[in-house]
Amino acid sequence: MDFIVELIASSLRMTVPILLTGIGAVYTERAGVVNIGLEGMMIVGSFWGALGSFYFGPYVGFLMGMSAGMALALIHAVASVTFRVNQIVSGVALNILAFGSSRFLSQVFFKMATTSPHVKGLRPVKIPVLGDTSPIIVLAFILVPFTAFILEKTVFGLRLKSVGENPLAADTLGVNVFKFKYAGVLLSGLLAGLAGTYLSLEHTGMYVEGMTQGKGFIALAAMIFGNWTPYGTMWASLLFGFAESLSFRVVESNVIPYQFIKMIPYLLTLAVLAGVVRKSTPPAADGIPYEREMH
Amino acid sequence: MEKAIVLKNITKRFPGIVANDNINLEINKGEIHAIVGENGAGKSTLMKILAGLYQPDEGEIYVFGKKEKINSPNRAIELGIGMVHQHFMLVGRFSVLENIILGSEKKKGITIDWENARQVIKELCDLYNFSVDIDAKVEDISVGMAQRVEILKVLYRGADILVFDEPTATLAPQEVKELFVNLRKLKEEGKTIIFISHKLDEVLEIADRVTVLRRGKVIGTVFANETTKEELARMMVGKPVLLKLDKEEVKKGDIILTVENLYLRSESGQILLEGINFNIRSGEIYGIAGVEGNGQRELAEAIMGLRAISEGEIKLVGESIKNLSIRERRSKGIAFIPEDRHKQGLVLPMKVWENVILGLHRKREFIRYPFLNVEKIQKFARGIVDKYNVMLSSINQPVEGLSGGNQQKVILGRELSQDPILVIAAQPTRGLDIGASEFVYTRLLSLREQGKAILLISADLDEVLSLSDRIGVMYKGKIVAEFKPEETTLEQIGLYMLGVYTDKDGETA
Repeated sequence: MDFIVELIASSLRMTVPILLTGIGAVYTERAGVVNIGLEGMMIVGSFWGALGSFYFGPYVGFLMGMSAGMALALIHAVASVTFRVNQIVSGVALNILAFGSSRFLSQVFFKMATTSPHVKGLRPVKIPVLGDTSPIIVLAFILVPFTAFILEKTVFGLRLKSVGENPLAADTLGVNVFKFKYAGVLLSGLLAGLAGTYLSLEHTGMYVEGMTQGKGFIALAAMIFGNWTPYGTMWASLLFGFAESLSFRVVESNVIPYQFIKMIPYLLTLAVLAGVVRKSTPPAADGIPYEREMH
Repeated sequence: MEKAIVLKNITKRFPGIVANDNINLEINKGEIHAIVGENGAGKSTLMKILAGLYQPDEGEIYVFGKKEKINSPNRAIELGIGMVHQHFMLVGRFSVLENIILGSEKKKGITIDWENARQVIKELCDLYNFSVDIDAKVEDISVGMAQRVEILKVLYRGADILVFDEPTATLAPQEVKELFVNLRKLKEEGKTIIFISHKLDEVLEIADRVTVLRRGKVIGTVFANETTKEELARMMVGKPVLLKLDKEEVKKGDIILTVENLYLRSESGQILLEGINFNIRSGEIYGIAGVEGNGQRELAEAIMGLRAISEGEIKLVGESIKNLSIRERRSKGIAFIPEDRHKQGLVLPMKVWENVILGLHRKREFIRYPFLNVEKIQKFARGIVDKYNVMLSSINQPVEGLSGGNQQKVILGRELSQDPILVIAAQPTRGLDIGASEFVYTRLLSLREQGKAILLISADLDEVLSLSDRIGVMYKGKIVAEFKPEETTLEQIGLYMLGVYTDKDGETA
C-alpha cells in the first residue's frame, strides 16, 4: 500500500514539470507558434529560480524563474513572429543560449558551473493521502481546467485559437494577430519558467546543470499526444510522469541494466510521436509565420 | 441621391507598377454596383483599400458623405464596410457561430455571451431568408453555405456596404442563383452592394451600374440595362474581343486514354476516386466539370502518376501505364498542365530557360556530358519564347517575374514541345486575363485538330461547355453523368455537380 501511494506521489511530482510546460505548449501552439525552445526556458527557469531563492527566498525565486522563461520567450516571439524567422531554428538557438548562459552565470554567482548550493522551496501544503505536497503541484492541476475554460469560453481563447488556425481570417476581422501570437508564446515561456523553477526549488532543492533532462521536449510530445488540448496534455503528462517514476523504482530493483530502464520515458516519447502524430490534428496554421501583405 | 462611397483621385503604387491610377468612383446608397476588369486591372487593390488592408498613396475616401481614413480592417468595419472575400476567410475547425462572432464577441461576465450571439444570428437569418446550420463545423459545410456565413459575418458587424470579391468563382449555377436572390434581398433592406467580377453575364444580370477598370484606371461607369456584354468586354480589354470560339469538326481517331474502374484512397483510407470509367479518342477534348474538391485534381494526378491508385487500370493507346513512373509516362507522350502553376508547373525562383527544360533535362540534345548544354537549351528556350509570344525581358529572368499568362505560356511551350499524344490540362486558364485565356483556348483547339487527346479539367463551366466534345461531371469522386455539350445545359450540369441528381436519368438522390 505504501509502495503504491509513494508511486502515485512520485508520479505526480514527475508529472508536474511536464504538465506545466505542456500547458504552456498548448498556449503557444494554439496561437500557431511552434516553441521548441521550451527546454531552454525550463533551463533558465531552474537557474534563475535557484538564484532568486538563494538570495531572496522562494517567492522571489519563482518570480525570477518565470520572468527568465518569459524573457527567453520574448526573444522567440520577436524572432519568429515579428521577423518570421524559422520557428525551429529560433527555438534551437534559444536552447543553446539557455544552456550556455546558465552555466556561465552559475560560475559567476555560485562559483560552480554545474550546481548551486541548497535553495529553499515553498512551504508544502497538506493533502489527504499524499501528505505534504508542493503547492506548485496543486497549481499545475488547477491550470488544466482553467486553461480549458480560457480556450473554450473566453474571448481571449477564441481569438488565440483563431490566429493559430487562420491568421488571415482573424486579421480581416480586426483581431490583432501579432498580439495574440505574442501572448501565446509569452505564456508558454512563463509556464516553462515556472516548471524549471519547480525543478530546482521544489523537486531537488538545488540547481543542477542539465536537470531538465529534455523535459521540455517531452512536454511538447505530451501536448501533441494530448492533441493540443489541456486535458489531453494532462493525461499524456501523467503517463510520462508515471513512466519516469516507475523507471526510478525499477532501477533500484537491479533487474535490468539501469541505462535501459532510464530510456523508458524517451522511448515512450518516440513511440507516441511516431504512432500518434499521423492521427492528430494540429492547428491549421501551426508553425507558419504570418505576413499581412500576401497576395 | 445619397452616396455610400465616393473615391476621389485614389492612387496606389507598388514597386514597379501603379495598381490604382487616379481612380474616381461614386457608389450610390442602395445600389448593386459591379466593378469589372481583367486580372491585374486593380480591382483587388481597390477593394483592399476599402477594407483597410492597404493605404492609398494619394486621394480621398468619403463614406456616407464624410471624409474618412480607413487605416485598418477595424476602421472599415466601424464605418460599416464589410468584405465578403473570394477566398473565404473562415476558420475550418470553428463552428459557424464562432466564425461569425470572432472579433466582435459580446461578453457576459468573463465568458462569451453565446446565447445573445445565437439570438442575433437567428434574427439575421430570418430577416434575409438565409439557411445556415449555426452549430456545424465550417469545414463540413458546402461552399454556398460558407459564403452565406461570410455574408452573416459582415451583417453581424452591422455593415451597410457589402463588398463581394468574385463571389461566384467557386459556386455551381444553382448556388449562384441563390446568391443573387440573397443579394436582391439585401438591396431591398437598404444595403449597398459592391460586386467585383469578371463574369459579364452575371454582372449584367445582377448589377444596377457597372464600372470598368483597365490597367488601374477607370474606363467608365455604365448602367447595366443600357450596355451589352460585347461593349463591356471591349472596355475591359481595350479592343474588340472574340467571345465565341470557332470549333471545327474534327474526325475522332483511335482511343488514346482509357481509365477503367479507377479507385483512389487517401492515406487515411478515405475514398477519393470511386470507380472512374472513361476514354478519350484522338482529336477529342474530354471535359471534366464539377465543384472543386470532388476528385478532379486527384484524377489528373492519378493519370500522371503523382498518386498511386488503389484499384483499376489506366491505359495509354491500349497499353497499361499504371505501374510506370512519372518520367516513363511523360516519355510515352503525356503532357501535363497542372492546376497550380506556382506549386507544380514551375520553380518560381529559377530562370525562364531553366524552367523550360524541367523534366526534359535528361534529353540527349540538352546534355554535353556531364554538364547541361546551356547554349542549346537557351536556343530552345528562345524558340519557345518566340513561338508562344512570351513577354519577358530576358530568358535569364526568374520565372516568378512573369505575369500569370506568360508563366502559363512557358508551361504550354514546355509541355507541348515534345509532341505529346495526350494533354492533361487542369484549370488551364485559372487567373489568366481574357487575352491570355483566348490564347490557351485556341491552342487547345489546334491541338485537337492535330489529333491529340485532351483531358480538360476546369471549374469554369462555360469553358468546359464551349471547348469539350464530351463532358463528364464529377461529384464526390465519381463521374455521375456524361454529356455531349450540345445535348445539355448549364443548369442540368449544375444539378449533377451539386449531387442533386446522381445518375444519368436525372433521378434525385
